[in-house]
Amino acid sequence: MSEFLLNISGVNKRFGGLQALTDVGIQIRPGQIVGLIGPNGAGKTTFFNVITGLYQPDSGRFELAGKPYSPSAPHAVAKAGIARTFQNIRLFGEMTALENVMVGRHVRSKQGVFGAIFRHKAAREEEASIRARAQELLDFVGIGQFGSRTAKYLSYGDQRRLEIARALATEPQLLALDEPAAGMNATEKLALRELLVKIKAGGKTVLLIEHDVKLMMGLCDRITVLEYGKRIAEGVPAEIQKDPAVIAAYLGGAH
Amino acid sequence: MALLTFDVHHNKRQAYVSMGLLLALLLAFPFAASQFGNSWVRIIDIALLYIMLALGLNIVVGFAGLLDLGYIAFFAVGAYLTGLFSSPQFAALLESVVNYHPAIGESLISVFGPDIQQNGIHLSVWAIVPLAGLVAALFGALLGAPTLKLRGDYLAIVTLGFGEIIRIFMNNLNDPINFTNGPQGINMIDPIRIFGVSLAGEAGSQSTVYIGGYGMPSVNAYYFLFLLLCIATIFVTSRLQHSRLGRAWVAIREDEIAAKAMGINTRNVKLLAFSMGASFGGVAGAMFAAFQGFVSPESFSLTESIAVLAMVVLGGIGHIPGVVLGGVLLAALPEVLRHVVEPAQMAMFGRVIIEAEVLRQLLYGLALVGIMLVRPAGVWPSPNREERPNAALARDDEEEAAAV
Amino acid sequence: METFVQQILNGLVLGSMYALVALGYTMVYGVLNLINFAHGDVLMIGAMVGLSILQLLENHFPGLPGFVQLAIAILGAIPVAMLVNVLIERIAYRRLRNAPRLAPLITAIGVSILLQTFVMAMPWWGRSPLPFPQLLSSDPIMLGGAMISQTQVLLLVLAALAMVGLVLLVERTKMGRAMRAVAENPRVAGLMGVDSNSVIVATFAIGAALAAVAGVMWGANYASITFTMGVLPGLKAFCAAVLGGIGNIYGAMIGGLLLGIIEALGAGYIGDLTGGFLGSHYQDIFAFVVLILVLTLRPSGIMGERVADRA
Repeated sequence: MSEFLLNISGVNKRFGGLQALTDVGIQIRPGQIVGLIGPNGAGKTTFFNVITGLYQPDSGRFELAGKPYSPSAPHAVAKAGIARTFQNIRLFGEMTALENVMVGRHVRSKQGVFGAIFRHKAAREEEASIRARAQELLDFVGIGQFGSRTAKYLSYGDQRRLEIARALATEPQLLALDEPAAGMNATEKLALRELLVKIKAGGKTVLLIEHDVKLMMGLCDRITVLEYGKRIAEGVPAEIQKDPAVIAAYLGGAH
Repeated sequence: MALLTFDVHHNKRQAYVSMGLLLALLLAFPFAASQFGNSWVRIIDIALLYIMLALGLNIVVGFAGLLDLGYIAFFAVGAYLTGLFSSPQFAALLESVVNYHPAIGESLISVFGPDIQQNGIHLSVWAIVPLAGLVAALFGALLGAPTLKLRGDYLAIVTLGFGEIIRIFMNNLNDPINFTNGPQGINMIDPIRIFGVSLAGEAGSQSTVYIGGYGMPSVNAYYFLFLLLCIATIFVTSRLQHSRLGRAWVAIREDEIAAKAMGINTRNVKLLAFSMGASFGGVAGAMFAAFQGFVSPESFSLTESIAVLAMVVLGGIGHIPGVVLGGVLLAALPEVLRHVVEPAQMAMFGRVIIEAEVLRQLLYGLALVGIMLVRPAGVWPSPNREERPNAALARDDEEEAAAV
Repeated sequence: METFVQQILNGLVLGSMYALVALGYTMVYGVLNLINFAHGDVLMIGAMVGLSILQLLENHFPGLPGFVQLAIAILGAIPVAMLVNVLIERIAYRRLRNAPRLAPLITAIGVSILLQTFVMAMPWWGRSPLPFPQLLSSDPIMLGGAMISQTQVLLLVLAALAMVGLVLLVERTKMGRAMRAVAENPRVAGLMGVDSNSVIVATFAIGAALAAVAGVMWGANYASITFTMGVLPGLKAFCAAVLGGIGNIYGAMIGGLLLGIIEALGAGYIGDLTGGFLGSHYQDIFAFVVLILVLTLRPSGIMGERVADRA
């Protein structure tokens, strides 16, 4: 039961005439890197959006660290402990890199109007710790020197790192990354791989969507495969690689 | 502009020097201007109130990116509240209740007592100002609540609608129960009285205020009060900007979906933006009512909402010094022009060809169109690019695609 | 207090004018996703130009039948209004097509102010309300217990003709097809050879023509016009467009008529409903209340297009 950090089952989601997800689920143990793969249109991002509260599912059971959570609102999901990045990078473009990560600390801090205006000791201390932690995270992902650069002027690879740093700032139990390697060249992908290994070594659990199958096979502890909104396979990479249903889904097979 | 900077975060010493210089000039101004009569200082008094409004609207439009076209409603709320509780109006209200429903009327009179029945309620400035701020903040949340899920341009029109609704109520809430005295407005509003000194001067003093034996015109006294309030507003909004809350506002402005995903409760944070912005409007409204001594619905129309928006847009959306500049330009300049341009035309042509009112409208229209076409960041945008909301306003389009 | 039938009739008359203006809003929104805030002022320009034409006719060709004068006024106001709206698009909006969405809205507000300033500044128009001549007989026609004037009948007829004409244009002509294509997907329409710029210009022009008709008839109906007359009707017409379903022409027509009736009935019965507390002075509120209700409860409006954000 509580052997899983994330335990989701029975998710159905319909958009008008399209059944986007049918009885999809996923089980992730703490400290693992789990991959979610599948051909385009399989429903991976839709599933992500359901888990993180952006879409409301028609049905499903959602449990994080043994406690049920309601994916009704994204901010509640973040508070519960799932942080995510986006397929199309959604940074706060006009803020600096440091400020972006500082926003990530919002959910774990509490100063409000009073603290903002009066800047009493507790408020000042909290602000300082937010700033320090943000800089730590920037260093951790490797862009520590770009703290004061406006986010939209960072290179593509650095923007992806920044998004990860910002997600980490929310102190998630589960880090959910939507195609973090999209648009990267081989060198950048290698660096990303290193970063993800580092994150895992720090004890974090990661769920990730990716298209680069090689990257996934080498990185993930387990892989779930979706096709046409249904889960068609789940297991360790070696099994997945040999699974005929998976091969058929990617190469065309009997369709 | 490079010499004069107020950026305390990046250029501390220069900022404080600039501020000190400016403060000295501002303190000296009324004494110099008084040589030429009261009208110049009076113009700046009103301009200071509008600057407060612009700073309040800047929280909503500039920080949080919510285009509020009905902001003047909060100015109206503060002003009318002051009108109701700082003048004989409450007596008129009680009278109208008696006329409408004698039983309720009489019981209310027994609650409030004959003094209030005769003279109305006269709260002191120390009660009125917080009351105005709080009630306005409440209205801010109320009027903001239905707009939370709306996209930019619809939010604008709905807030405009609310502004109009408030104005129509102010114009008509005099029958059967007389809250606002209708189109005539409320007059005989008490001037501000601080530590026993009335800022309108005592009767017979020809509007001269005596502080510790030293006398100054009433408009000067109000000038210093409003200047203080303005500085306080700048201080508070600046602190809000550079805080956890301020970052949350900008995050919502830049990308609301990402903000939610990072754990920001966008509903509450947006309501806070509306409330805080509105509270400044309310306080400014209270000051306005006391300063003028009367309020009427025509001071609170769509034209005024747009005027305040124009100040924010012209000056530099989101950038506090810019907004102040915008306020000065659009609040003071038309009045200054009126005092200069009309007499000049009379002297030169024997008649006024372009009325000051036309000039004023022309300025506002050109400001809005010109800035958007030529320099959308405003006349004095933030030197730090990260504080500019330019691209942020485009988020609405991307939300449409929902390609998350 | 007037009878129910009378109020319905009043509502239809008012609603026809709203419908004409709402069409302009909805068409522009359909192709550009832009609220042309200045559209109400185009109505005002139409009224002003119409008035000037009538004054000219009075001075130089007195004695023409009222009907003819009105026709000439309308036919003269239309091209001027079209020109104004097309110029606005060209100068103020075109450059901002790819700008953040709020930029053209702010610009439109500025344009609205400038249009009003222009009329304010012209000596032959000016700031004060101007009387609009009563050209048609003011003997009321009785219709089932309610009264209607010849002017109002003409207004209803013109509005109906305009709407039918527009529907024919949009459904049956090449330009109409092009407009629908650009409204759906401008890029693909471009790929199919549609010049979106000329479609947009045509959209602005047609909307302006309808607004000009509404403006002249507004003047004829209320016997007085002023430089601020377009603001509130414009906003209400926008509310009507949203009520009907923004981007949808039939929605604009239905929304306009419906809003007119709601306002008329509301103003008539609000006193009774609130025990005398609120009177008919509150008439202007209805449009905004309707807008807020629609956007909160059914953002797609009566005829359906998705408008507000999800989640």
